[in-house]
Amino acid sequence: MPETSIKSRPVYGTLAPQPGTRHILLADGDGAAAIVDLARAAPPEFFERAHIITAPAAGAMAVRAPLRALAPAVLDETDRLAAALSRLAEVLAGAGMGTRLYVAGTEGTIGQAMQVALDAGVELGAIATEHRGSRARRVQCAHCKTFIDEVTTQPVACSGCGLMLFVRDHYSRRLAAFQGVCVDAEEPGSAPTPEEVFT
Amino acid sequence: MSAPSIAVRVSEVAAVTPLVKRFRLEPESGGRLPAFSGGAHIAVEMQDGAHRRRNAFSLMGSPSDTTGYVIGVRRHDNGRGGSRYMHERVTPGTMLRIAHPANLFPIDGRARKHLLLAGGIGITPLVAMAEQFARDGQPFELHYAARSPEHAAFADELLERFGPAVHTHFSAQGRRLACASLLAEQPLGTHLYVCGPETLMDEAFASARALGWPEQSLHRERFAAPARGLPFAVRLARSGRRVDVGADQSMLEALEAAGAPVASLCRGGACGQCETRVLACDGTLLHADHYLSAAERGAGGKVMPCVSRFAGRSLTLDL
Ligand code: FES
Repeated sequence: MPETSIKSRPVYGTLAPQPGTRHILLADGDGAAAIVDLARAAPPEFFERAHIITAPAAGAMAVRAPLRALAPAVLDETDRLAAALSRLAEVLAGAGMGTRLYVAGTEGTIGQAMQVALDAGVELGAIATEHRGSRARRVQCAHCKTFIDEVTTQPVACSGCGLMLFVRDHYSRRLAAFQGVCVDAEEPGSAPTPEEVFT
Repeated sequence: MSAPSIAVRVSEVAAVTPLVKRFRLEPESGGRLPAFSGGAHIAVEMQDGAHRRRNAFSLMGSPSDTTGYVIGVRRHDNGRGGSRYMHERVTPGTMLRIAHPANLFPIDGRARKHLLLAGGIGITPLVAMAEQFARDGQPFELHYAARSPEHAAFADELLERFGPAVHTHFSAQGRRLACASLLAEQPLGTHLYVCGPETLMDEAFASARALGWPEQSLHRERFAAPARGLPFAVRLARSGRRVDVGADQSMLEALEAAGAPVASLCRGGACGQCETRVLACDGTLLHADHYLSAAERGAGGKVMPCVSRFAGRSLTLDL
């Protein structure tokens, strides 16, 4: 059940070094490789002004070594996205114009990091994003407002109210989530069987 | 001009510096003028003998006061004559016609802080912005660069009104405005607004970009007064008529005077309103606008008559 593309559907690019006085890079386990790829094109002094915040799943040591090898000015390793995001908020609270943000990973990671950045006053134009890894979505149920993380199926059962939700391409930057609307409102039980689509 | 013009009476004229005068314009029939926001400008119509001139001036009064508009005019003795006319011929009681205000240099209300940079008479739109920020309680800082205090029109009143938010930089006193260091220490969410000589605006933008400021946070006044030039003629394809453009007249003014008006808004090469198709050109279009892209200029099919001129044998416009 693909939905024909909607304007609010986010578009992601490829991380590339930008001019800036300070570079903050945030990646989850899937996104770490995008930072390593960016490093190939970065001028030598880039990482002297770089602050990397990572949130790979606990124990995923394999992604850490290559990032350490980049020798950024600061490296904050966390193992939960929530911890990485609060670190990002702290760092941005003391940041000035000239700060560039680079975010890589799943849509959930990108969306939530952007939300923190926009709240801190970072302009959209100073944020670069690259999608890596699973296409799992963060969805908000339009009915009970519960957020459901890591959604891979269409439709999906809401973990809050149990309704079967159709995951729309409509994305809210403010909520950092896609919208899920009830599919079988007319005839409960008529929802199609969930299929893995966001992988 | 699309909206009908407004009749105003000059209620006050003050010499602020030897080169700058301030004018207050009030509606001829009393009441209020249309609302405007910081950064807006108006076109003032002047009947100078046989010439009808229209010059764009930024509004520098408070956007909260619509009982009158305030403009600051610097006299340019080798300009086309509009500023000289304002200085020499306009006195309290003079009746003028003005266009509705338009804003090509708008404020971005989402900014956390507004950093205003003025060079010389470029201060005028920034004064209206400062008034608006002060009224709305939005943080701002105004930096005013001029040669010396005598050249810095309105600096004293600004210091008095906005106190520590105002910073002056006088090059004759060895305190040149250092764009790069100023821009390097701004908090996240700052937006930059520059108005002044092209060189200052270019320098500020180049510094900001090099430091990593994103484009959305950069704003500059784009309209510039049309320059004088050599006289030339244009041919109007539809009527076959020939219109002469004088040395101190813009092509747009000449077309208006000839009864072949072209829509206009900024009258300074920024808005795109006056875009006119070129049907034949045996010579060189002297583009002076900020609107057409390099590709459009290269193609030679369009011209912005408010600021651009022509040199050569013949130019035919789709008018
Ligand atoms: S009137 Fe605005 S570009 Fe000519």
